[in-house]
Amino acid sequence: MLTSDPDLGSEAPTIRKVPGEEGLWIFIFGDMIAFTVIFATYLYYRGEQPELFEVGRRTLDESHGVINTLLLLLSSLFVAVGLRAVRQQERAAASWLFIGALVCAFAFVAMKFVDYGSIINGDYFATTGDFYVYYFALTGLHLFHLVIGVGVLFYLLSQALRIGRAPVGKISIIEGGAAYWHMVDLLWIVIFPLLYLVK
Amino acid sequence: MATLIELMRGRVTAIWGLVVAATMLTFMISFDQSISDEIGMILIMVVAFVKVRLIGLYFMELREAPTLLRSVFEIYCSVACAVLIGFYLFA
Repeated sequence: MLTSDPDLGSEAPTIRKVPGEEGLWIFIFGDMIAFTVIFATYLYYRGEQPELFEVGRRTLDESHGVINTLLLLLSSLFVAVGLRAVRQQERAAASWLFIGALVCAFAFVAMKFVDYGSIINGDYFATTGDFYVYYFALTGLHLFHLVIGVGVLFYLLSQALRIGRAPVGKISIIEGGAAYWHMVDLLWIVIFPLLYLVK
Repeated sequence: MATLIELMRGRVTAIWGLVVAATMLTFMISFDQSISDEIGMILIMVVAFVKVRLIGLYFMELREAPTLLRSVFEIYCSVACAVLIGFYLFA
């Protein structure tokens, strides 16, 4: 049942507060800046071999990139609403939302492995310059973050399942976990157009 | 189930719809032959960072965060977008 408490029932905290632990934001911004440096490096080297990078880009399946993006966006929605459900002490809703986010995450990983398999079988490396060096560096590093994020999602699910049954972890830790997952989504939002769409 | 639907009804879901629509817009821009590669890249990057900003403000809840934290994020979005466009056009 939904609570009528204005603090718990609102969409976001009414008082200006840092979502999650403060230290986490140093990590999140550090990570976002590090990725941006790699994005810029990719564009720099793309400028040196534009034809080869374009050949490389054309070997990618854009529709897979879009599906990957939609999967991560959907997972982010589930996590954002799941956090709301945790704040409102809605165990079942929060649990199902985090399970939904995990399903999206696993689907993303499965699609990435399908992509990696077809790229390796396609043997495009000789004709695409350094394109695939950056492709694997960017998507691999992102996948590494995503796999850590899967662990975070399991933690969020474990806390949701404790609602009303056992003490739940600090809300700031749960908020931090959600923020980390959104960062994984946010990084892909830039990686996708950079690798798949920019000509 | 009713609770789940009630929870999904909110600003976050509306913003999510906007971000999905922006993703489709980016996809269409990339296929539009009448747009030059340079203009296409600028449009695609601007839309991408608008999406990043929406995720940050509404999903990460930075809209409600202290001004300093929100400002750092807003500056990141603008600077990162400008730097990437700059590297594409001038590097």
